[in-house]
Amino acid sequence: MELREKNVIMDEVAIKRALTRIAHEIIEKNKGVEDVAIVGIRRRGGPLAQRLANRIEEIEGVKIPVGVLDITLYRDDLTTLGLQPQVHRTEVYFDINDLNIVLVDDVLYTGRTVRSAMDALMDLGRPRCIQLAVLVDRGHRELPIKADFVGKNVPTSKREIISVLVKEIDGEEKVVIQETVDR
Amino acid sequence: MKLDRRKDLLGLRDLEREEIELILDTAVPMKDIIKRDIKKVPALRGKAMVTVFYEPSTRTRTSFEIAGKYLSADTVNLAVSTSSVQKGESLRDTIKTIEVMGFDLMVMRHSMSGTPHYVARNTKMRVINAGDGANEHPTQALLDMYTIRERKGTLEGLKVAIVGDILHSRVARSNIYGLGKFGCEIRVVGPSTLMPPEVEKLSVKAYYSLEEAFADVDVINVLRIQRERQQSGLFPSLEEYANLYMVTPESLKKAKKDVLVLHPGPMNRGVEISSEIADGSKAVIDEQVTNGVAVRMALLFLMMGGSKSEIVA
Repeated sequence: MELREKNVIMDEVAIKRALTRIAHEIIEKNKGVEDVAIVGIRRRGGPLAQRLANRIEEIEGVKIPVGVLDITLYRDDLTTLGLQPQVHRTEVYFDINDLNIVLVDDVLYTGRTVRSAMDALMDLGRPRCIQLAVLVDRGHRELPIKADFVGKNVPTSKREIISVLVKEIDGEEKVVIQETVDR
Repeated sequence: MKLDRRKDLLGLRDLEREEIELILDTAVPMKDIIKRDIKKVPALRGKAMVTVFYEPSTRTRTSFEIAGKYLSADTVNLAVSTSSVQKGESLRDTIKTIEVMGFDLMVMRHSMSGTPHYVARNTKMRVINAGDGANEHPTQALLDMYTIRERKGTLEGLKVAIVGDILHSRVARSNIYGLGKFGCEIRVVGPSTLMPPEVEKLSVKAYYSLEEAFADVDVINVLRIQRERQQSGLFPSLEEYANLYMVTPESLKKAKKDVLVLHPGPMNRGVEISSEIADGSKAVIDEQVTNGVAVRMALLFLMMGGSKSEIVA
């Protein structure tokens, strides 16, 4: 099997605009950001969470807590994976009790990652509520999970793969749609 | 990485440097979990492990057990002293009985070197050696290495002195194998009667005085004088041993200023280590115990977390 790039669905500018809009929506929905904290899901949710926090600070003039969640130990597919995934640190260095937590991930697909992330978050405390922000929602949910903030809705087939590339990790900034091709 | 393809962990001698690094790296997030209010993650839900100790132990057995529980594995201890072993059941039959109860992994300690290796060959369970005779105690060395790496930032090129009963010490042997893979300069020091013959073949340097051995060292690992393994006549008396080989503030004068002092416990205060050192700022003995849980969590996760079909013996 091989991957073929079909289309660039978001470029750097589009990503920036989507994050700016989401930042405004987070502020609006929470009526300010007094009790808001942002937690990204490793890996690419991490940088996206930081950027949302930066954007919110630019708009509201308030620094809000930002963390990163590693969900490896909460995955529901550990017993079926061939190789053991590498565990990294969860870096949530603030008390999440009674905060409105905005979980951030790059792509929302089956919803299983988000399910794991909610369990991981609950083990750190008792947030007042958890909201979900994603850059791309590509459909095909396998669990009853819905995003509160979406950068772009992209209808996909299951043969396709959505890759979000971010500067901090990949050195470039775009969202591409790829297709698996049988050889 | 090869580690999750291995069925067993029997010693550090057979591990590759990259595998040791993976265990130590994985132990970092595991240590965070121990410090949380909710000390539990679901990673090993539905897995079962048993600890079988044919020799006494406080910290190693408890540490494995709590490490398993923090990861949501079911952990059971087989109390050898009150088991059918006392009715004369053979080792092989005991192991078979445990295996068919459905355990995925067994942690074993035995006074005879090579016993976990024998067991590993005769069971489908994964086996972790928790100390076999004078051979190896791999998880102790891993937690020592974790502690050193956390404090010093690296293991690379450190000068490490191991003090005491080198002859009977599985802790020494596992440390020598493990640290050796990271380019450490390893010195062993103790009375000549407690030094294995041809110890230099393990790529270490032997010393017979603390003063010389400690010159410029970064780390001192103090071994326990194992009263249960002493034949008579290896040294005249505990007092005599303490006079020459007890680690005291005085003996550290030539060591680096920020030298770390490790001890695997349980300590014989006033024999191999003075209380001033054991309770002083250079000692990291309590830290070692905490790190032991983290390192064992890492190991259990790496060995038990994956799918069974991938295991290649």
